[in-house]
Amino acid sequence: MSTTHDMAHAAHADHDSHGHDHHDHKPEGWRRWVYATNHKDIGTLYLLFAFTMLMIGGVLALLIRLELFQPGLQFVNPELFNQFTTMHGLIMVFGAIMPAFVGFANWMIPLQIGAADMAFARMNNFSFWLMIPAAITLVMSFFMPGGAPAAGWTLYAPLTLQMGPSMDAGIFAMHVLGASSIMGSINIVVTILNMRAPGMTMMKMPMFVWTWLITAYLLIAVMPVLAGAITMTLTDRHFGTTFFNPAGGGDPVMYQHIFWFFGHPEVYIMILPAFGIISHIVPAFSRKRLFGYASMVYATSSIAILSFIVWAHHMYTTGMPVTGQLFFMYATMLISVPTGVKVFNWVATMWKGSMTFETPMLFAVGFIFVFTMGGFTGLILSMAPIDLQMQDGYYVVAHFHYVLVAGSLYAMFAGYYYWVPKWTGVMYNETRGKIHFWWSLIAFNITFFPMHFLGLAGMPRRYADYPAQFTDFNQIATIGAFAFGLAQVYFFFFVVLPTMRGQGERAPQRPWEAAEGLEWEVPSPAPFHTFETPPKLDVTATKVIG
Amino acid sequence: MAQALVRVYPLKSAVAKNFLLKPMKTLSMKNSLSALCALFTTAAYAVNDLPGGPAVNQLNFHPPVTQLALDQRLLHNGMMIACLLIFIAVFGVMFYSILKHRKSVGHQPANFHESVTVEIIWTIVPFVIVIIMGLAATKTLVYSKDTTNADLTIKATGYQWKWGYDYIKGEGEGLGFISTLDNSHRELSNSGLPKGTVIPDNYLLKVDNPLVVPVGKKIRIITTANDVIHSFAVPSFGIKQDAIPGFVRDTWFRTDKIGSYYGQCQELCGKEHAYMPIEVKVVSAADYTAWVALKQKEAAAKQDDPAKVWAMGDIMKRGEKVYASNCAACHQVSGKGAGPIKPLDGAAVVLDTDKTKQIKILLNGQNNGAMPSWKQLSDTDIAAVITYTKNNWSNKTGQLIQPSEVLAARK
Repeated sequence: MSTTHDMAHAAHADHDSHGHDHHDHKPEGWRRWVYATNHKDIGTLYLLFAFTMLMIGGVLALLIRLELFQPGLQFVNPELFNQFTTMHGLIMVFGAIMPAFVGFANWMIPLQIGAADMAFARMNNFSFWLMIPAAITLVMSFFMPGGAPAAGWTLYAPLTLQMGPSMDAGIFAMHVLGASSIMGSINIVVTILNMRAPGMTMMKMPMFVWTWLITAYLLIAVMPVLAGAITMTLTDRHFGTTFFNPAGGGDPVMYQHIFWFFGHPEVYIMILPAFGIISHIVPAFSRKRLFGYASMVYATSSIAILSFIVWAHHMYTTGMPVTGQLFFMYATMLISVPTGVKVFNWVATMWKGSMTFETPMLFAVGFIFVFTMGGFTGLILSMAPIDLQMQDGYYVVAHFHYVLVAGSLYAMFAGYYYWVPKWTGVMYNETRGKIHFWWSLIAFNITFFPMHFLGLAGMPRRYADYPAQFTDFNQIATIGAFAFGLAQVYFFFFVVLPTMRGQGERAPQRPWEAAEGLEWEVPSPAPFHTFETPPKLDVTATKVIG
Repeated sequence: MAQALVRVYPLKSAVAKNFLLKPMKTLSMKNSLSALCALFTTAAYAVNDLPGGPAVNQLNFHPPVTQLALDQRLLHNGMMIACLLIFIAVFGVMFYSILKHRKSVGHQPANFHESVTVEIIWTIVPFVIVIIMGLAATKTLVYSKDTTNADLTIKATGYQWKWGYDYIKGEGEGLGFISTLDNSHRELSNSGLPKGTVIPDNYLLKVDNPLVVPVGKKIRIITTANDVIHSFAVPSFGIKQDAIPGFVRDTWFRTDKIGSYYGQCQELCGKEHAYMPIEVKVVSAADYTAWVALKQKEAAAKQDDPAKVWAMGDIMKRGEKVYASNCAACHQVSGKGAGPIKPLDGAAVVLDTDKTKQIKILLNGQNNGAMPSWKQLSDTDIAAVITYTKNNWSNKTGQLIQPSEVLAARK
C-alpha cells in the first residue's frame, strides 16, 4: 500500500516540478478516451458502452415482442426469432448490465474510499477497450452465414454443436468479455484492499464498495468456469472432442452443470452491486443511518457463499436423483433468508426517518418493491415440485426480468440520478426524472406482470408462435414493452444528454442533504484528479478532516 | 483441422445468401403490413378454451387431473398465501412509513440503528418459514420421483421436431409411432394468421398420432432424444422431464379422467421448437384394448417388405405424405426452402444421377445436423420421399428409388 502511494506521490511531484497545474493536465480530443487511464473517464466510457448495448439488446427485445404480438408468424421466421432471443440475453447480460456496474465501480470506488485512481490504470484502459471488439464480434455475428447463435443465452449443448460459424464468433466474444471482466475484477479487488484512505477499515467501507468487493471475487471465481464450458463446446465443434456430444460418450447435462456453476453466481454478480447502491440511497433520503450495516455485510457475504451451492435449481427437470433435487431446493430456499435481511434492513432504515422522494429515492423504493416481487416468484420457483409447471416457461421469464430489470437496471437508474450531480456538476431535471420513473415503473409492470399468467398457463419460453389462447396477455406485454423502450429513449435524450452537456442547475458539492461518504467531500463536478494525497478521515470514515 | 472447419461450414453459402431479410421471404409483404396495422387496432381472435390445454387468458395452472398436479396447485396456493402475507406485512410497514415518516409532513428523523435482537428475529423467522415451505415441498417431490410399479412403460423420444413413442412394457408392448404437429397448423403459422383466419382451438397443439394411454393406470414415461435436448411436458399432469440424447430419464402419471391433454416441447431444440406438441389421449380400458388391437393390425399391414418393388405412381403418393409430415416444415411444400434451409427444387444433389448421394444425406444428415439424419424412417419411407423429390416440382429425373437400395445404403 505504501509503495503505491509513494509512487503516486513521485509521479505528482514530477508533474509539479514541471510547473503544470495537474487538474487541467489531461489529453485532449480522442486521445483522452482512447488512452484513458483516469478512473472517471473510464467509468464514463463503461456507462456509455453499456447504454449503447442496452439499446441494441432493447431493440432485439422489441423485435421479439413484435413477433409475439399475435399468434402466427408475421415478421420473422422461427430461426431468426431464436437468434433474437439468444442475442438479447447475451447482449443484456454481458454487454449491458455487467459493464454498467463496472462503470459505476470505476467512477465511485476510488471516490468512496479516498483513492487517487484505480490500482492498475492501464489495465483498466485495456479491460474497457477489449470490450469493443468483443461487442462488435458478438453483434456482427448476425451477418455471418447462418445468422447469429440461436441456442439461447445459456448456449446449451448439443444444440450449440449444430450452430453455424457465428457460434465460434460468439464463443470468442464471450472469452474476450470474460477476460475483460476478470481484469476489471482484479483491479477492483486490489484497489479496495490496498488503496483505502488511512482510517477506513474494512467495516467502515461504504456498502457499494463492500458489495463490489464480494462481486469481484465472485467474478474471478466463475468467469473462468464459463470460459471452460464454452471452450469445451468449441473443441467439441472443431477438434473432435466429445465432452457434450453423446455420440462420443459425452454428457449434455454436464454442460448445464458447468454453465450454471458459473450462471448462478452470475445472477448475484448482477444484483449485489445494486444492493450496494440502494444501501446508500435509502439512508440518504431517509436522513437516517443504514439500520444494520454489519448485518448487511454479513448478508451479502452469505448470499455470495450460498450462490455457489444452488446452481442445479436451474436443472430440476433434467432428471436429477431425488436427493440432489432436495439438496438444491433447500439450499436455494435458504438464500431468501439473507435476501430478506436486506429488504428488512432497508425498510427499517426508512422507518421513522424523514423521507423525501427525489428521483433516486423513487427508483430505490421502486427497486425494493418490484425486486421483492421477483424475490417471491424466485421462492416459488425454488420449490422443485412447483417448478415442474414453470421450468422453461414464461413464469421464469417474468421472474428474471423482475430481478434484472426492476432489480439491477432500476438500481442503476437510482445510482445515476444519485451521483450524476457529482459526475457532471449539474442537477438532472427533477420533473423529467420523475416522469422517467413513473413511466418506466408502469410500463415495466404492463410488460412483465402478464407473463406470470402466461407461465402459469403453460406457455413455454423461446417460442416464436403460441396457441391463440395466450394472445391477450402477449398483446398487453408487447404494448408495455414498447412503452418501456420509449421511456429509456426519453431518459437518454431528455435526462442524460442535458446533464452531459452541462445544461441544468449547477450542483452544489453536497446536492443531497443527508448523503454520507467521501464522494461528497470533493467538489461538483468531481475534478479530474481527486484524493491525490490520502485524505485524513474522521472516526466514521465518511468525512475528510484535513 | 482447417479441413474440418471447411467441411463443417461451407463458407460459399456466403453473407448475402443468409442476410437478415432473407428468412423473412417466406412471409409476404402484405402479411407484415397487416400485422403492423393490427398493432394499432387489436386483433380479436374468436378462440375458445381448449379442455386439457390452455384456456383463454388462463390465470392459474391447468385444472389438475393427477394427484401430482393437484398437490402442485395446493402447494402453489399455499405459497401464494404465504407470500401475500409477507408482502402485506413488509410493504404495509414500508408504505406506512413512506406516508407518515416524510419530511413534507414534518417528521423528524429518529436516530436508532443496529439492534441484535431485531436482526436475530428477522433472520430466525424467515428461516423457520422456509423450513416449513421446504418440508411441504419435500413430500410432493419424493412422490413425483417414484416411477416404480408402472402398469405401462412408454419411451418418448425427442426428434427435431417431433416425438416418437414406443410402448416398451405393458399392454400394447411393441407398438411404436411418430407424433407430429398437423402440417396445416404449421402452414397456418407461416401464413401469419391475417385477420379473418379461423384459428382452431387446438392451434399448434394438434398432432397426427396422439399418445394413447388407459385411464387409471400408472404410466411411466421414459424420455430420451435423438439429436438435441427436448423436454416432455403435460401441464394437466404436472409433469415435465427433459429428453436428453444419449441418456434415459423417466417420469410418470396416473389420471382418472378420460380426455385429451396437451403439452409442448419445453427445451429450446432449434428452429421448430414451437412446433412439436404433445397430445396424450386418455381412454377407457376397453377403448385402449381396442386401440391396441387396431394399431397392431395396422402395424402388421404397414410392415413394408423392403424387398417389394414399387411402381412410380404408388411410391410418389407415399412420398408426398412422408414429405408433408417430415420435410415440408423446413424445405416448404414448394421445395424452395427458406433462409438458411436449402431448396430441393432444382438442387444438384436431388437431380444427380447417382442416387446414393441423396440416400446418404437422408441417412446421415448434413452440415453438422442442420439437415438432421432421418435414419429412423423406414426404408420404404426414405425411398418414397427421395423418389418424390426427384420427380416433383421442376425436378423430372424419372429416377425411382426402391427400398432395397436404401437398405443397401444403410450397411
